Amino acid sequence: MASPVLPKLVGQRVKRREDPRLIQGRGTYVDDVKITGMQHLAFKRSDIAHGRIRSIDTSAAEAVDGVEAVFTGAQIAEFLGPMPIGTPFPSPDHRAVASDVVRYVGEPVAVVVARDRYVARDAADAVTIEYDPLPVVVDPEQALTGQPAVLHADFPNNAAVGPLPSGTGASPKAVDDTAIDQAFAEADVVVSQRMVNHRLAPTSIEPRGVVAHYEPGKDAMTIWSSTQNPHILRTFIAALTGLGQDQVRAIAPEVGGGFGSKINIYGEEYVAAALSKRLGLPLKWVEDRSEAFLCTIHGRDILAYVDLAARRDGTVLGLKLRLVADIGAYNMLLTAAIPTLTMTMASNVYAIPAIRATLTEVFTNKTPTDAYRGAGRPEAIYFVERAMDMLARELGVDPAEVRRRNFIPSDRFPFKTQTGAVYDSGDYAKALDRALEKAGWEGLKAERDAARAEGRLVGLGLSMYVEVCGVGPSSGLPTGGWEHSQVTVERDGRVSATTGASPHGQGNETTFAQMLADQLGIPMEHVRIHHGDTGVVKQGIGTFGSRSQAVGGAALHLAGGKVKKKMAKFAAALLEAHEGDLVFENGTISVKGSPSSAKSFADVAGYAYRPVKLPEGLEPGLSEEAFFEPSNNTYPFGCHIAMLEVDRDTGEPRLLKMVAVDDAGHLINPLIVEGQIHGGLAQGIGQALIEEVAYSDDGQPLTGSFMDYAIPRASDFPRFELESTVTPTPVNPLGAKGVGEAGTIGSTPCIVSAAVDALSGFGVRHVDMMLRPERLWRVINGGQA
Amino acid sequence: MIPTAFEYERATSLDDAVAKLAAAGGAGKLIAGGHSLVPLMKLRLSEPTVLIDIAHIPDFAGIREVDRKIEIGAGTTHHDVATSPLLRERCPAVADAAAVIGDPQVRNRGTLGGSLAHADPAADYPAVMLAVDADLHIKGSKGWRVVAARDFVQGVFTVDLAPDEVLARVTFAPVRTAAYAKLHQQASRFAIVGVAAALEVRGGLIASARIGLTGAASSPVRLSNVEAALGGQPASSETAAAAARFGGAGIDDLNSDIHASAEYRRAMIPVFTRRALDGALARLAG
Repeated sequence: MASPVLPKLVGQRVKRREDPRLIQGRGTYVDDVKITGMQHLAFKRSDIAHGRIRSIDTSAAEAVDGVEAVFTGAQIAEFLGPMPIGTPFPSPDHRAVASDVVRYVGEPVAVVVARDRYVARDAADAVTIEYDPLPVVVDPEQALTGQPAVLHADFPNNAAVGPLPSGTGASPKAVDDTAIDQAFAEADVVVSQRMVNHRLAPTSIEPRGVVAHYEPGKDAMTIWSSTQNPHILRTFIAALTGLGQDQVRAIAPEVGGGFGSKINIYGEEYVAAALSKRLGLPLKWVEDRSEAFLCTIHGRDILAYVDLAARRDGTVLGLKLRLVADIGAYNMLLTAAIPTLTMTMASNVYAIPAIRATLTEVFTNKTPTDAYRGAGRPEAIYFVERAMDMLARELGVDPAEVRRRNFIPSDRFPFKTQTGAVYDSGDYAKALDRALEKAGWEGLKAERDAARAEGRLVGLGLSMYVEVCGVGPSSGLPTGGWEHSQVTVERDGRVSATTGASPHGQGNETTFAQMLADQLGIPMEHVRIHHGDTGVVKQGIGTFGSRSQAVGGAALHLAGGKVKKKMAKFAAALLEAHEGDLVFENGTISVKGSPSSAKSFADVAGYAYRPVKLPEGLEPGLSEEAFFEPSNNTYPFGCHIAMLEVDRDTGEPRLLKMVAVDDAGHLINPLIVEGQIHGGLAQGIGQALIEEVAYSDDGQPLTGSFMDYAIPRASDFPRFELESTVTPTPVNPLGAKGVGEAGTIGSTPCIVSAAVDALSGFGVRHVDMMLRPERLWRVINGGQA
Repeated sequence: MIPTAFEYERATSLDDAVAKLAAAGGAGKLIAGGHSLVPLMKLRLSEPTVLIDIAHIPDFAGIREVDRKIEIGAGTTHHDVATSPLLRERCPAVADAAAVIGDPQVRNRGTLGGSLAHADPAADYPAVMLAVDADLHIKGSKGWRVVAARDFVQGVFTVDLAPDEVLARVTFAPVRTAAYAKLHQQASRFAIVGVAAALEVRGGLIASARIGLTGAASSPVRLSNVEAALGGQPASSETAAAAARFGGAGIDDLNSDIHASAEYRRAMIPVFTRRALDGALARLAG
């Protein structure tokens, strides 16, 4: 399917126009926002994982010079209601500041308002709290026994959600296991494995932050936040502060990364807004890195019991996936929905005839989880791809071949999986073939075998993935599944466009300008993209789930088309031509076949704003808006291949080669796409090799700083070898699918599979992440992984 | 990440630093690169009331050779140690160790003296200082004194340094046949196990050996049983392999954390002892 977007700048490797200001430190972040009279917040946080608050003494804090006020949870509760969630699941009462029981280390118990950040922190330290400790539970399977602790009285056995069945023959009323039981009865081979997709910390470069400024004279609130979705923030802030949405303006200035963690609306934002309104003061809170590890949501943390049934020829007959998601102490905005995506994507790229997925979400005394880059899909793909790898090993078949035998054929799209996902388009064999060719798969196998003959522990891993992006239509999102854009041709012919997408690293100021420049036939330098401010951008949902290009870009394209159409009417009047005969190119509008007739784009714009005389049926001006709602999600896919060596003496894994072939449909800017894939790969490989959030048995975080929580460095990686295949989506006019999360989804399983392959001589079938050297050393030395 | 309030003073000379420390009466802390102290202050694990900045004292940084001994000023950054042509030529193991400290930002700011005085049990320098048998030159209110590296560290984050004393410089006889080998902790880049080996080889035989270990135990130690096994033996890879096996035996205060168990650390000591020895022997050939 040909893209209707003309390939001029679109498709080119245009450098990000955002980068010069960001690299030179000229961006404006939340912490750069300063308002006269602004006071600062600091939160006193629980240092135990579970306990009942016996007493709080704020007198010493109140006595600190420069302290405006100190509020306990009970005092906050008098004017701030419970934290809302955005999923249809039952949720316990969750307060922005705890007043009764604390359930994880880092939970706020009091808040200080003070002259500056230093005073605020000193005063927070001076708040004295006595707790009656309660038993702590950090293991989700242990928590499901209801022992030794129940976090929320209304959730016996700590089961937040489920068991929730999905897949073949599952319905809310009854579950029919006939098909899945038959699949396993007919199978020649069943591989079974318990696997853990462990907890991660999102660790954006810029931590969270908020400035809330309620102006009593205007009865209006402006709130700056490091958020991925200012319009959603506005909705919730208005609701919790008792204001109308017309009274709240939410601004996401530069946002230094989010990786999903800044979708959620956090207690600190509600508290800042509510206190600003109550005190009539502008208030700022900026998270420090220690808080970011404790109080920003974590990601992943799902364990699975996987059973895969197949015929001896490698044909998969059935998949059972029993999932236990450790969601931490509370439901946040999307917490409960994330693991459901693991069920939704359980079929991966395979035509699996019978699937039974079952999900239980569990409360434990840890930081709540929510969306983190990939959000539920990396877990699904990890479980299925590790199982496919085990199947290949069991059958003695090349891991590429066992996958190929089970692909959904390219002529069967749209394809509905047994878990209800309707894949839009795909050509999985093409991606696999490109990856095998690019990696030199047969050569790599020979290389691996030669290395092994020398006694080296070298392994290969391959994974296929499909994920779900560009979320829409509205049935799929409580916020609505659309995006909005307004394109204005200014009086001087320059173009201002707004997008409801709220980029925070995705480069949409560049890609959207490329698109409009092509569409209107003007230089990219004449196009400016505005985002992240509900006072400027009329409507929007935000940037998450790799949706900004596929949904936001489509809305921009529609709005651009509308304004072009109107401009053509003005040009037609000026040129005394038919509007259908006009050509927009090189900053001019001319009659087709008659370039000498050209009027400059700016002249036509000027005419539209002072139309003497006004063409019949036209209003003056050139500003058009569009909402776009896709008919379905998009389903990008790809194939990743890794070669890895394990040091026989130490167990240290070293990545030797990383090939990624990704299919995100049409690409607006391949350079930016590669950047997204690089970052995704780094985080996906990081999970496999070095990133893990750990807790002690008493719920104390053991990875509370970058001294203990590792994130990848560029020097940890070989040069990534990337390539794209292009299978456009029919669900939006651009044919673009989204690419922000692909790297984290495809890479993780192939790294672990490569490590297992490297250690296969020691009889190991599976090793749980992360691949600490010690863990691999134990395999080498005959111990349990 | 907000420290408690503190005063900041800048020392203009070593004597001035000593005087300012004495005046602070135990509540003062020296700061040079700040890469050990400031993280602790941000976490409020260290709350000094006076910071005395010694980074600007003239001649506090620098590497030179005096009377066949290498002298490194305490204020010398890890980067300058790592890239010193003198050290690369005369005692490359010291430069090797500096080159694998932390990351470039840390190496550009952090100093030799700061690292030694801080005495993190997983720091890299202590192993090398043991292997080259360094002397630490300390200036205090009562004048100068010299402490051997092996006597300097008294425990975790505890050293032989009075509240009014400044570690001014380190001296040691250069050893060319020496090397440092390290297993990185991936997050902090400190050593899970770090071993420095310095050999004196005469006529193809190992006349003497000093092996320093860091990271594995509560404080840096010499691996005397490995040293004994090397003494008088041919300077060969076989000797290294045989002697390295003794590494790890007899150490009873091994560290254990989420990154590595005590058992794993014990197993890694011979591995990195062997690598350090092989590295040192390779320099023999060169």
